[in-house]
Amino acid sequence: MLIPLAAVAWRSVEDGPAAFLAAITYPESLSAMELTFALAIGVVAINALMGSLIAWVLVRDDFPGKSVINALIDLPFALPTIVAGLTLLTLYGPRSPFGLNLAYSQAGILVALLFVTLPFVVRSVQPVLLELDRDMEEAAASLGAGPATIVRRIVLPNLLPAILTGSALGFARAIGEFGSVVLISGNIPFKSEVASVNIYTQLENDDPGSAAAISVVLLVVSLVVLASLDWLQRRQSRGEASA
Amino acid sequence: MTAAPVPVPATRGGAARGGAPRGVSHAVAASGRSAHVAKYGVRFVALGYLALLLALPVALVFYNTFAKGLGPVITALQQSDFQHAFWLTLTITLVAVPLNTIFGVVAALALVRRKFRGRGLLNALIDLPFALSPVVIGLSLILVYGKNGWLGGILQANGIQVIFALPSMILATIFVSLPFVVREVIPVLREIGTDQEEAAYTLGASPWRTFWRVTLPAIRWGVIYGVILTTARALGEFGAVSIVSGKISGKTETLTLNVEDRYQEFDLVGAYTASIVLALMAVAVLLAMNVYQSGRFRGNGGKLVDDAAPGVAAGEVR
Repeated sequence: MLIPLAAVAWRSVEDGPAAFLAAITYPESLSAMELTFALAIGVVAINALMGSLIAWVLVRDDFPGKSVINALIDLPFALPTIVAGLTLLTLYGPRSPFGLNLAYSQAGILVALLFVTLPFVVRSVQPVLLELDRDMEEAAASLGAGPATIVRRIVLPNLLPAILTGSALGFARAIGEFGSVVLISGNIPFKSEVASVNIYTQLENDDPGSAAAISVVLLVVSLVVLASLDWLQRRQSRGEASA
Repeated sequence: MTAAPVPVPATRGGAARGGAPRGVSHAVAASGRSAHVAKYGVRFVALGYLALLLALPVALVFYNTFAKGLGPVITALQQSDFQHAFWLTLTITLVAVPLNTIFGVVAALALVRRKFRGRGLLNALIDLPFALSPVVIGLSLILVYGKNGWLGGILQANGIQVIFALPSMILATIFVSLPFVVREVIPVLREIGTDQEEAAYTLGASPWRTFWRVTLPAIRWGVIYGVILTTARALGEFGAVSIVSGKISGKTETLTLNVEDRYQEFDLVGAYTASIVLALMAVAVLLAMNVYQSGRFRGNGGKLVDDAAPGVAAGEVR
């Protein structure tokens, strides 16, 4: 595992730092990376909100079929990414029964990324919400706090580490995602080409040096995300220990 | 499928209901009504989002596949490319999953039970395949085993074809699914502690016997869950395999690659059929995960709280 990754790092600088810089600032690649990071940030924002809402509904609400919905949440993890892409293209593609064609658009990529990253925030918030002591909320309610205040002042601060963890995992996934995006994006340079597809294109064009350079950028981002997750978890367990 | 009733602490639900003041003021009643609106609003938004993103697309794929009856689907299932892809996917999975299981258990044991230099680093690096783009993983294998790669020359001189052949596809699958077993086994190993293993040693059992008779039975649910996740990932891997396989139809084309190939050849029924086969495997994995959760529930003496079970909402603040 480490040898292949070292090979990527080595290949990216083998032709000298100038070649590395040229590869990552090549307009098409730069635009692909910009799009990737912008979409990943959008995915994080939407996931943080919707993932928390879904976790809330699954824990605090009760309705028929809830256990089915709960099992369904893991589907994006179990479903192969290429199938996910085809699935979304069926509803949001050229033959959409809604007449809603997101194929070859940035919105289409966003939908694909939201699909594959859905479980992260839900599954990290759910257990925390289950364990969250209701006494605090009840105490706040008896002191006259409205539901909005309770959510803002008590629930959210308690859920924040879990939301951040889930979002970070989703961010890392969104940056590297390939399978679900490749069909729906159409891979149009400067418009709907994301970084992972750009690497693929470079490799097909027999330019492994450039592919390796962009890979290194993604690799560094992945490492930063992993390191901050580790830091977050350490901080959290220290907080628990001192509490 | 879901686990036995949840042991929600009895006092909590009771406090929420019985503990609420009886003489409810008008202000509280009004906020109760808006809380009601908020509750249904949140439920509507959450379920609507899930319907548009998950349920509807998946349902539509099933509908489209069988829209023209079973005939075209059966024809697609009989295509030689499809059958080859199906068996290739199974072969890769059957090689990659056992190897990753053995590696996963050994690595987890090393990370939890042994102290060695670089343990922290190894612990952090194990997760890397999760955070890494499958395309980068594919590229890294090409750079080592490809024709201009680090080992490419030696391999070629000995007539061993790795890239664009089965070995690289197995390597890619092992790489992307490496962390699952480790990550599932580590917390279980931590929880069971070393008491029983030490007791076995004192009674004269060899390390090997201790592992088989004491440690492995104790961690089996963690191993099984890891194996389920590894299998799902191995069956569904696309990006890394797509790069290293060369996508030669009928030769190095797995089921996921077959989906893409059929779609790009405008053979929608073929693409849908291969997708459905993969989706059914995914559903089997989901079911296995649920069975696992009820198994772990029992194994834990009812300690684990299953989030899906009814009764949790009983303690709702009103």
